Amino acid sequence: MPLTNGMVGTIVVRCINEATTMENASPALKEGDLAGFRAAQRLAYDCAEATASDMRPGMTERQVAARMKAWLVEHGATDCFHEPFAWFGDRTAFRGLIGIKQLGGFNPAFYPGLRRLERNMPFILDCAPTLNGYTADIGYCGVIGENATLDQLMDDLLEYRMLILELVRARRPLAEISRAVDALCQRHGYEPRHKAYPFETLAHRIEILDDDGKDAHLTIANFGVRNISELVRDRVRGAREGWNPIWNSSAKSEHAPTPGLWAVEPHLGFRDVGAKWEELLVVTEDDAFWLDDDVPQVRRWKQRGLWPLEQAA
Amino acid sequence: MTMKVDMNVTSGDVNLAVYRWGAAARKGTKTKPVIVLVHGYPDSASVWAGTAEALSQRYQVVAYDVRGAGRSSRPQDTSAYRLEHLVEDLAAVVDAVSPDQPVHLVGHDWGSIQSWEAVTTPRLAGRIASYTSMSGPSLDHAGMWLRARLASRSATDKAAVLKQLAHSWYIGAFHLPVLAPALWKVAGNALWPAMLARVEGIRDATANPTQAEDGAHGVKLYRANVGERLGKPRLRTTDIPVQLVFPRGDHFMIEEIWDDLPRWVPNLWRCDVDAGHWLPVSHPQLVADKIARFVDFVQSGKQPADLQRARITAPGRPRRHAGKLVLITGAGSGFGRETALAFAEAGADVIAVDINKEAAERTATLCRLSEVSAWARVVDVGNARAMRSLASWVGKEFGAVDVVVNNAGIGLAGSFFDTSDADWDKVLKINLGGVIQGSRLFGAQMIESGRRGHIVNVASMGAYTPARFMSAYNTSKAAVRMLSDCLRAELAEHDIHVATICPGLSITNITQSTRFVGVSEAEQQRKQSDATRLYQRRNLKPQAIARSILKAVEQHSAEVPVGVEAHGSRLLSRLVPGLSRRLAQLDLEP
Repeated sequence: MPLTNGMVGTIVVRCINEATTMENASPALKEGDLAGFRAAQRLAYDCAEATASDMRPGMTERQVAARMKAWLVEHGATDCFHEPFAWFGDRTAFRGLIGIKQLGGFNPAFYPGLRRLERNMPFILDCAPTLNGYTADIGYCGVIGENATLDQLMDDLLEYRMLILELVRARRPLAEISRAVDALCQRHGYEPRHKAYPFETLAHRIEILDDDGKDAHLTIANFGVRNISELVRDRVRGAREGWNPIWNSSAKSEHAPTPGLWAVEPHLGFRDVGAKWEELLVVTEDDAFWLDDDVPQVRRWKQRGLWPLEQAA
Repeated sequence: MTMKVDMNVTSGDVNLAVYRWGAAARKGTKTKPVIVLVHGYPDSASVWAGTAEALSQRYQVVAYDVRGAGRSSRPQDTSAYRLEHLVEDLAAVVDAVSPDQPVHLVGHDWGSIQSWEAVTTPRLAGRIASYTSMSGPSLDHAGMWLRARLASRSATDKAAVLKQLAHSWYIGAFHLPVLAPALWKVAGNALWPAMLARVEGIRDATANPTQAEDGAHGVKLYRANVGERLGKPRLRTTDIPVQLVFPRGDHFMIEEIWDDLPRWVPNLWRCDVDAGHWLPVSHPQLVADKIARFVDFVQSGKQPADLQRARITAPGRPRRHAGKLVLITGAGSGFGRETALAFAEAGADVIAVDINKEAAERTATLCRLSEVSAWARVVDVGNARAMRSLASWVGKEFGAVDVVVNNAGIGLAGSFFDTSDADWDKVLKINLGGVIQGSRLFGAQMIESGRRGHIVNVASMGAYTPARFMSAYNTSKAAVRMLSDCLRAELAEHDIHVATICPGLSITNITQSTRFVGVSEAEQQRKQSDATRLYQRRNLKPQAIARSILKAVEQHSAEVPVGVEAHGSRLLSRLVPGLSRRLAQLDLEP
């Protein structure tokens, strides 16, 4: 989606040395910033939908990931949090050779492989483009054909979206929310597969980057260097201030929700099928809201008559 | 065994010896259905003695010696053993024993092969009401199967062919000139019972009086038919209701051979049984039950629930527990839910019982993802009346279950002197009372419906591991173990299998809900979360217990410890009980 100049918000330059209190962890977001993030998130979901509509049985994960990357570049993305990922079949459930703990959970299963898509095989597309300095990180799942387990997982993912928002609004500690997600998984009979992500991440911080006008930026091992640097900087600052840019069930996340943007990605697994969504959650000093309700998973829940859910589990 | 020939039937120039059980109905009363049993190679009609006896109360049962066997004629010419002649023989017998009503046909081994010919060719059209096939495919179907596998590029398909060839080496041997008939003549009478005992585990087999002759002449069945039919198979279909009884332990047939059958047989039911190739000899009652169930259905049009589950419409192999109905208590979480899911994945229908409605329904929902039927029932297993009403619902809807897993239980820890009467009452009511009710109610239904079912009681390694501060819980589990041992002895005569599962330290929410008596509320919570952490570190997954339960059912195991600690403690309690008692004194409570 092309951006108008007006949509590009003021770039907030952060300096870790200036931020000394937790309240200042991230300077207040301006309305223009939210528009910028929303545009990036729409771009990412448009990319996933456009790619998914062209997917055919026989394609490999690498081919699909490459198509997503080309689409994003063509539509104005200049950087990324990570390059697009695509997982097919049982790889959506992140089972097997996963989570080499010694590497901090660095997980080779992330990288798109040579698995070929078949009919009725679930797939997940995950991309995180940066547009004009604003980064989004999304997850999108689907199937060519039918998959009852995937449908059930995708239906149930609604409860997680509501539960997380409700507890963040209640200012519950992030670790507690993460454990509530684990408990909901247990009640549902699912495995929380986001535990296979690096650092068992349920969510991670997203910061604004400089819009330096360059067409492309460095990635190392498929991760965008600028975005990851921000995360590392947050980690350093968070260690001093008592918060954690990686939101998981550990003691480090035992703090109130920090204002700013969080890419939240509950990933459920049942047997050989995994499903997720990933969206930006906007946390302010005293409230929180999902950046955009016009996303594919919400449209799907509406179509299936599941939206709005009366209350979270 | 010598049986008396009841009548002789002529088919061309061949004389067939016919045997009958169960008198035809007297004038004016309703005629009983006629069942015709066709034996295989190298048998004679005597192979059916036990089965026919079991069926004779309610049906007219007929068996005959196939040409070349027993007391029927033995044509010398190999071409006299071609399938069309065998079908003529069957037609002659059917006309003689049941001129007015179609018969229910049952074939075993070569008897099954020739019966397939009879139901897929027009000669006996309208004369056969149903067909039960055991361990013998249509040669044309086998030919088609072979051709499809050889043409396929899939390595699995090619491997299936090699596997079947390895299982049917003797067919090649039978085509060797002189050798096979000579071997039968020299050693048949001695070899045959030895072979049945060795391969099939049938201990009391005796060679029939004509064994050596039957073996020698029967070789012609192979020579006259196999090469031609396998080489040039023709399309053979039938609309007759067919029941395939598949013995899992068959050494001569591989399971894959039946994969394509639904292509040619639209009205097909399949029932897998734990038996070997000679199941009419080793399991006559089981075979009689399967025949009776199918005949009754075809006669009445009323399809019992278990037969509904046995219906096969698509090619492929049914899942391991397809057609079974499994009831699990405590199915809302932990072992119970995992066991329910494992059975559902293996094709069984599931009744998920739990005290928590939402949890039971959730388990049922997850089971349905495996394309099976699942029901959720809310029952407190400690409430005898509630268990009775559950059983009466099961009885009304399904008759009986094939497997009941008495799994629901609660934890309790703390000093014996802090354990109140109410605590004891609760633990015994749920952990022991629930198992008693479940075993009694569902076991009785299994006996009544003649179901060779399984009762799986989930105990614990605590059943044989003494420990201070675990008096109530471990006592309840030790009682479950002894109950199962006694019950196993009592149910053996009904072929109902009883298994005790003794899991070690496995992660379920029982640790979070275990009550620690004699401590403050805060201390209680601390102990609960400490116990949970300990179990999490051990990381014995509920899936492991679920796998053990399925394996126990499949292998008829008596007692199954799960986890290295459960095995270790069992060994300790048996080999060095003194040490086991000393260790019990350690305060291992979190």
